[in-house]
Amino acid sequence: MKSLKRIYLLIIILFLYAPIFILMIASFNNSKYIGGWSGFTLDWYVQLFKDREIMSSLYVTLSMALIAAIVATILGTLAAIGINTFSKGPKALMLNISYIPVVNADIVTGVSLMLLFIFTRIPRGYFTMLLAHITFCIPYVIFAVLPRLQMTSSQYYEAALDLGAKPSYAIRKVILPDIMPGIINGALLAFTLSLDDFVVSFFTTSNVNNLSTTIYAMARRGINPKINALSTLMFIAVVLLLLLINNRTTKQEKALRKEISKS
Amino acid sequence: MENNRIIDIQNISKSFAGGTEALKNINLYIRKNEFITLLGPSGCGKTTLLRTLAGFEQPTSGKILFNDENLLDIPPYKRKINTVFQKYALFPHLDVYGNIAFGLKIKKFDKATIDEKVANALKTVGLKGYEKRNIDEMSGGQQQRIAIARAIVNEPEVLLLDEPLGALDLKIRQSMQAELKSMQQRLGITFVYVTHDQEEALTMSDTIVVMREGEIQQIGTPVDIYNEPKNAFVADFIGESNIISGIMVKDRVVTFSGSTFDCLDGGFGENTPVDVVVRPEDVNICGLEKAPLKGTVMSIVFMGVHYEIKVNIDGFTWLIHSTDSANVGSEIGFYLDPDDIHIMVKG
Repeated sequence: MKSLKRIYLLIIILFLYAPIFILMIASFNNSKYIGGWSGFTLDWYVQLFKDREIMSSLYVTLSMALIAAIVATILGTLAAIGINTFSKGPKALMLNISYIPVVNADIVTGVSLMLLFIFTRIPRGYFTMLLAHITFCIPYVIFAVLPRLQMTSSQYYEAALDLGAKPSYAIRKVILPDIMPGIINGALLAFTLSLDDFVVSFFTTSNVNNLSTTIYAMARRGINPKINALSTLMFIAVVLLLLLINNRTTKQEKALRKEISKS
Repeated sequence: MENNRIIDIQNISKSFAGGTEALKNINLYIRKNEFITLLGPSGCGKTTLLRTLAGFEQPTSGKILFNDENLLDIPPYKRKINTVFQKYALFPHLDVYGNIAFGLKIKKFDKATIDEKVANALKTVGLKGYEKRNIDEMSGGQQQRIAIARAIVNEPEVLLLDEPLGALDLKIRQSMQAELKSMQQRLGITFVYVTHDQEEALTMSDTIVVMREGEIQQIGTPVDIYNEPKNAFVADFIGESNIISGIMVKDRVVTFSGSTFDCLDGGFGENTPVDVVVRPEDVNICGLEKAPLKGTVMSIVFMGVHYEIKVNIDGFTWLIHSTDSANVGSEIGFYLDPDDIHIMVKG
């Protein structure tokens, strides 16, 4: 029975990760065709970094992820602070409104944003794509910050006022430091989401491409092993970021459990 | 007397959004350097009143004067009032020094002054040299002291304490009670203390304010409140007591449980129904032949210093604290001294 369980698990992992491993191996394959192995090479990686189209889309992706993460983190944190002060009914309403974009299909978000930009006659490009990324990142930041905020006793805020702090000073010196772990998690999450988004990006830009839309365009022209190399790098980057986020979350949970068991 | 008042609460009422009336027309003045306790069961409005003084709640109507100034116009961060919170509310991301220095940094003292004041405050609460400690590595009792140090370092005129000893175990609680009281006398700060623990209130306070459902029941010294409770609620809440229905025949004469007694109260009129309060320790057991009250012993429990005896007379269970023992099922008699019988308006 035990071995059966193990085999079952192995099959699941195999199906999940085999395609990615094949892609990774192919990125080091000397041959242009996946069918046969004709020797190890780093050529595709070298070509990748020489490709101006890819490099400029890499720049778009990274700069956009950075700006979107920063803006979404600021707006999301402020929203979370606001929502946290609401009374029960309005709070539940605001949370549900914030949650809809999270569960909503990307294609719906993408198409509706595209329609909005066409309707408002904003030319689609870097700016519209950035707006879209900020938009879909905000809810994730809210949901990363809010639990932390709910743990922070409202007594901290009152204690700060009691000691002579104006409300703005109390938020800066007491509330923000206390919820900082949640804010950083939200920012990392927003950065990752922006980094690997394709569907929303595809619909909200026309001439400016990020990595995912570039890969899509290249793949339509025929599979170039450069894409394998690029995809491998992106996969590794996202996995590293996710590991970082998970690691932080477990650490925080541990610290939290310690705190709770103490009191 | 008038200019001795530091806080004057006038006709304060507070209702919350749901329609609950937390405070109903509260009138109360607090004298300088007084240790005043707001006492009552949970939900009696004592914490709401404290939070109103701190500035975290705005009353629906009424006025509060603080040194003859309108307190309600002043935001919480400008009031010369500091609070020790129920769960301490120490900032977890700051160490002990950072917590205590928080208010001083806002007031822009220079580093040397802040260091000195923090060290002094820590000395006052008996934690000298703890500046560098983290909050989460301190015990509940120590956190409590830090919370007090953080408040008094700002030299408030009034210190509000919201059930500060509630989370501590009995031993630490008792030693902290004595310490708080001596601290208050040494510092000369007015303490407004909120608790539901009647024993705590009796041992520490100069004045006790007993509250129930948003209303003040009685204001007085611990001795007054204990010996002369104004109504059955106060009598029952402060210590244990026997509350019996009786008839005030005329001034200084009352009948209950089928007997007539002399007492010291008057002014109720003639043949008026009243509540009679007798503390369990004021019941004197005596021989059956002389006893005005006789009953059957239902139970007896040894409590250490005394026995707790329950005696049934005509369906009413008398609670008696006595150093004499008795057998369950036997009949015993007891008498009451006139000054141990307290008459209250029927409530």
